[in-house]
Amino acid sequence: MQAHGGRIIERFARNSQDLEELAYLELDSEVLKEVENIAYGIFSPLEGFMGKEELEAVLNEMRLPNDLPWTIPIVLPETRELDVKEGDTVALKFGGKTVATMNIEEKYSFPKKEVAKKIFKTEDASHPGVRGLMDGGEQFLGGKINLVSTPKTEFGKYALSPKETRVLFKEKKWKQVVGFQTRNVPHIGHEYVQKAALTFMDGIFINPVIGKKKPGDFRDDVILDAYDALIKNYYLKDRAVMSILKTRMRYAGPREAVFHAIVRKNFGCTHFIVGRDHAGVGNYYGPYEAQEIFEEFPDLGITPLFFRKFFYCNKCEGIVNEKTCPHPSEFHRNFSGTKMRAALSEGKKPEGMMREEVFKVINSYENPFVV
Amino acid sequence: MKGKKYTTVSIPMPLCEKVKEHIKDTGFTSVSDYVTYILRELMSNSETNNSGDFTKEEEEKIKLRLRSLGYLD
Ligand SMILES: [Zn+2]
Repeated sequence: MQAHGGRIIERFARNSQDLEELAYLELDSEVLKEVENIAYGIFSPLEGFMGKEELEAVLNEMRLPNDLPWTIPIVLPETRELDVKEGDTVALKFGGKTVATMNIEEKYSFPKKEVAKKIFKTEDASHPGVRGLMDGGEQFLGGKINLVSTPKTEFGKYALSPKETRVLFKEKKWKQVVGFQTRNVPHIGHEYVQKAALTFMDGIFINPVIGKKKPGDFRDDVILDAYDALIKNYYLKDRAVMSILKTRMRYAGPREAVFHAIVRKNFGCTHFIVGRDHAGVGNYYGPYEAQEIFEEFPDLGITPLFFRKFFYCNKCEGIVNEKTCPHPSEFHRNFSGTKMRAALSEGKKPEGMMREEVFKVINSYENPFVV
Repeated sequence: MKGKKYTTVSIPMPLCEKVKEHIKDTGFTSVSDYVTYILRELMSNSETNNSGDFTKEEEEKIKLRLRSLGYLD
């Protein structure tokens, strides 16, 4: 399984030049995550932050200038004005410490409304992705980065690089690996989707997104603990692996689904599960738009597996989906995220929707939600 | 805004006519679109499976870390 673009990118600083003299930008924790994602090859073939030509190609063609599929801008806003020119090296700092250097290839501006319209299909500032974009700077810096050091982050033991997951899959003798993206605690519907896919694969790679989410979403530590409980009690040790993807949710629906698939390809997955309204928010995208978009990418290099939702049928006496159950909806009980949240916020088990072990873990938190 | 760079490829007229007929009522709006799609598909299928992502030493080091984290026995 090739990484996107043919090889896993690694961008690590070889010799520590004198970094103290450099002009610098202080990063926030979300941009820091992107620096790490580039350096470890999670965003292969990117070697740095996009320049104007790359950004334009991504916006207009959903491809990099070399024709490789790529759907989400990875850009560095200039958060304070730097007196730099093309060819200069700047330091990228986090918490006052230099974490990476960047060779400035370009400083450019771009109409952010246009970015919003193309990526999120809306300029509506109540869309969390649009709001995030609008809050950033007007000027962007493009150029390759080199990681100098990474600050210790939470959940370190769950943070595997693409090289590590590839060695892991190889050791487990997995040839067909299906990736599962999540930003939620698992209910039984999720488990069925995963297990339906796993039936035809050698292993499943559960890969929660850890990073900035919107209020009301589940906290990162809750998601990880809940999945740990599910995997320990309901999966074979040699068939399921979990590690994290540190990046923020963009809520860009279809474009983000393709981006999520590319990232999992870099981790070594051959297949990727795309559900209903993948990476969506509100009513900005059609329920299956995030599946349809894959038709435009015959050259993605990872196979999407499309799922419709699973539900319980009283007549079938089991968990089914609309392809497997012929009964009318009065027999059906849905795994409703809204109902699940309502029960959990009152400290009650969402009956018939969640494994006991998973519920116990979530319920041990005073507030499992992002505030 | 800069457009994408394109070039022209020659194919026999009768083939072109067949393709035109073939893509009627599909999502493809032109022979060029269709040819681009097919070529992208073919090119990506010809990607070789590589195991050259890491050296033997690197692999051993990674295995140690995976063991220490509990991912491997
Ligand atoms: Zn039924």
